[in-house]
Amino acid sequence: MCLAVPGKIVRVDGENAKVSFGGVVKDVSLVLCPEAREGDYCSVHVGMAQAIIDPVEAERVLEVLKELE
Amino acid sequence: MINTECPIGRRDSGVVTLAHGSGGRATNRLIKEMFAVAFPYLQPDTDGAVLVSPHLSVFTTDSFVVDPVFFPGGDIGKLAVYGTVNDLSMMLASPRYLSVAFILEEGFPLADLSRIVNSMANAANECRVAVVTGDTKVVERGRGHGIYINTTGLGCPLAESPGPSRVCVGDKIILSGDIGRHGMAIMSARNGIQTEVPILSDCANLSEMVEALAYRTKPHCLRDATRGGLAAALCEIAESSGLYFIVNEEAIPVCDEVRGLCEIMGMDPLHVANEGRFVFFVDPKDEQKALSVLHSFENGKDAVTIGEVKAKRASGLVTTHTLLGSEKIIQIPEGEILPRIC
Amino acid sequence: MKYVDEFRDKDVASDLVRKIGSVVDGMNVSSPVRIMEICGGQTHSILMYGIEAVLSSSIEFIHGPGCPVCVTPIEKIDLALELARRPGVILASFGDMLRVPGSDENMFEAKATGADIRWVYSPLEAVEIAKSDPQKEVVFFAIGFETTTAPLAAALHVAERDSVKNFSLLTAMVRVPPALELLLSDPDCVIDGILAAGHVCTVMGSDEYAPIAEKHRVPIAVTGFQPVEILMGVLEVVEQISRGEATVRNTYAWVAKQEGNSSAKALIEKYFCVIDRNWRGIGMIPQSGFGIRDEYSRFDAEKKFRAQVQEPRQTNKYCGLVLQGKCRPSDCPFFGKQCTQTHPVGAPMVSSEGACAAYFTYQGVRST
Repeated sequence: MCLAVPGKIVRVDGENAKVSFGGVVKDVSLVLCPEAREGDYCSVHVGMAQAIIDPVEAERVLEVLKELE
Repeated sequence: MINTECPIGRRDSGVVTLAHGSGGRATNRLIKEMFAVAFPYLQPDTDGAVLVSPHLSVFTTDSFVVDPVFFPGGDIGKLAVYGTVNDLSMMLASPRYLSVAFILEEGFPLADLSRIVNSMANAANECRVAVVTGDTKVVERGRGHGIYINTTGLGCPLAESPGPSRVCVGDKIILSGDIGRHGMAIMSARNGIQTEVPILSDCANLSEMVEALAYRTKPHCLRDATRGGLAAALCEIAESSGLYFIVNEEAIPVCDEVRGLCEIMGMDPLHVANEGRFVFFVDPKDEQKALSVLHSFENGKDAVTIGEVKAKRASGLVTTHTLLGSEKIIQIPEGEILPRIC
Repeated sequence: MKYVDEFRDKDVASDLVRKIGSVVDGMNVSSPVRIMEICGGQTHSILMYGIEAVLSSSIEFIHGPGCPVCVTPIEKIDLALELARRPGVILASFGDMLRVPGSDENMFEAKATGADIRWVYSPLEAVEIAKSDPQKEVVFFAIGFETTTAPLAAALHVAERDSVKNFSLLTAMVRVPPALELLLSDPDCVIDGILAAGHVCTVMGSDEYAPIAEKHRVPIAVTGFQPVEILMGVLEVVEQISRGEATVRNTYAWVAKQEGNSSAKALIEKYFCVIDRNWRGIGMIPQSGFGIRDEYSRFDAEKKFRAQVQEPRQTNKYCGLVLQGKCRPSDCPFFGKQCTQTHPVGAPMVSSEGACAAYFTYQGVRST
């Protein structure tokens, strides 16, 4: 409830990662998302990744939205 | 470029001491070896400067307490010169003379002071203003924040005095460039945030652009968008003039890095401080000329019309359209801006 | 910004607005469909992007108690201040809490008069402060819904793993489902559909909402925050209403999975247990909070410091009505007069996610 922002993992370093939010690079903890890998997009809340964004589902949704007329 | 090497550091301890503020030998050395070298028009042997220029009727003052003192794109010294020069420009005055007062904290490195003074000298040169008088005080360690600077400026009017009362219904509102760089440069420096493309403060001298503008057009009111950002500048003018402005938020340029950082900090670029951007009001017949004047300057290349004055209104109002087209009010931010968590 | 900009597309948003309008028109209802969004971030978006304004003839948005800052009880703030004033204690907090009024003052004011209060972006930073200053006790003011409860559990995980002895939480975490159940059970409450908070569900999953949808016969859409995401949630809700359905559907599935985040849930389960919790402006809601399990009571600041405060005075009743969606911020007699963002009377005006703050900031232009 919850300002969570999507960012791209540019480097993983143990349980931490460097995440780029549209060019702003911040340190993010992966303690809640240990399966995250470099190149994944994750949803970050208070400095912690909480979910890996599913690119396939996002793409599918955006396609459906384009067809709304 | 003026280069002041700092001879003081070699003989003293390398930091500001209480002696430097006491008015004795240490003070005199500081003035003669650092300040008078940087500011050639300074008259250190008298209590004040006597000015022979007539028509010095525009007068302003500003104090600078920025932290950190050296930030991406500038420093407190440069800011102190540009800030007061720009205030004079916003009054459609050609800046001529500055006074400079330092309040230094005991222990502040003299090398940093020299760097700041050097920066002020270069800025003053660029703005073609002379620093003619000044003062230095030193406070005990812990009682100051390194360095505070006050600059006071005098200028000659270029045109009829501008102001909110001269703004008219139908006037176009023009912004000189993209917003948010200074505040976000400070924010990233303070919080150790890196961006792929570093955000640099936009702090700059506006006097040249404003003089060119005043020569070719008749700006009714000008305001630099410093503390409180563009929103504060517009709201204050609306309030003072009793007018209703409508702004096209999509037309307001914001660079990607500032937008991204504002996004994650939960801040609105309209509320972020700028130090090299101004907004002004002109009659529609001057709009294209004003834009072409600004576009001929590097620092004005992104100048754009962002809105217009719609109507008179008892308590002033600034609005814009939301994504879905409804009208919403732009307000001055309240108090300290803190990043949200939720 | 990827996954943000696409969901702020003006044309897609306008198409969704049109679609929602036509579904509602087809329903032949005599008044707008009443939809409650729980999360303060969603309230903010609904106002900021003009969603409430452009849908006003079809949808009435009821703003739920989705602002953990707003619902943190006054006595917790007073406790935080009491602890902050103890020598050797550093109180760390999210920035949003600093200006919320306690009984006598807020944390910003206390800091200005000498209390060691530090604002942090992440609870993990507070653990780092504890590590770097072992002579001091660091208390983190732990507010939040389930989304934030997971990072708080992670902070305890790091503190336990790294044997940090001088770190504790002052707990005030709350759970959404019991609050939702309470609101829906109120006979005065007429809600036709719910937008569930996408980020709460990112952590907890959406299974907890199924019994609520079924019992109260209201459709629930797990919804994001960007304007297109919110409109997708609204469309899902109105389409279900028009078909006579009342189930939980996830319109935010690329972020929130049905089962939630198992690592996060495991950590919450390890350190916290469900307890009754007092919500500012609403009162006691059973099983609506998280507290620290007995075996980890060394991380519980209230037990560790035996902190106590006096019974707080009553909140302005309108704050509670706004939090429960029974009163619009603009209908509160104090709104914009005695209660502004510079002089807030209650929490919903202070927190940037509070409904009153959102109304204040994004005031639409009303024709005079």
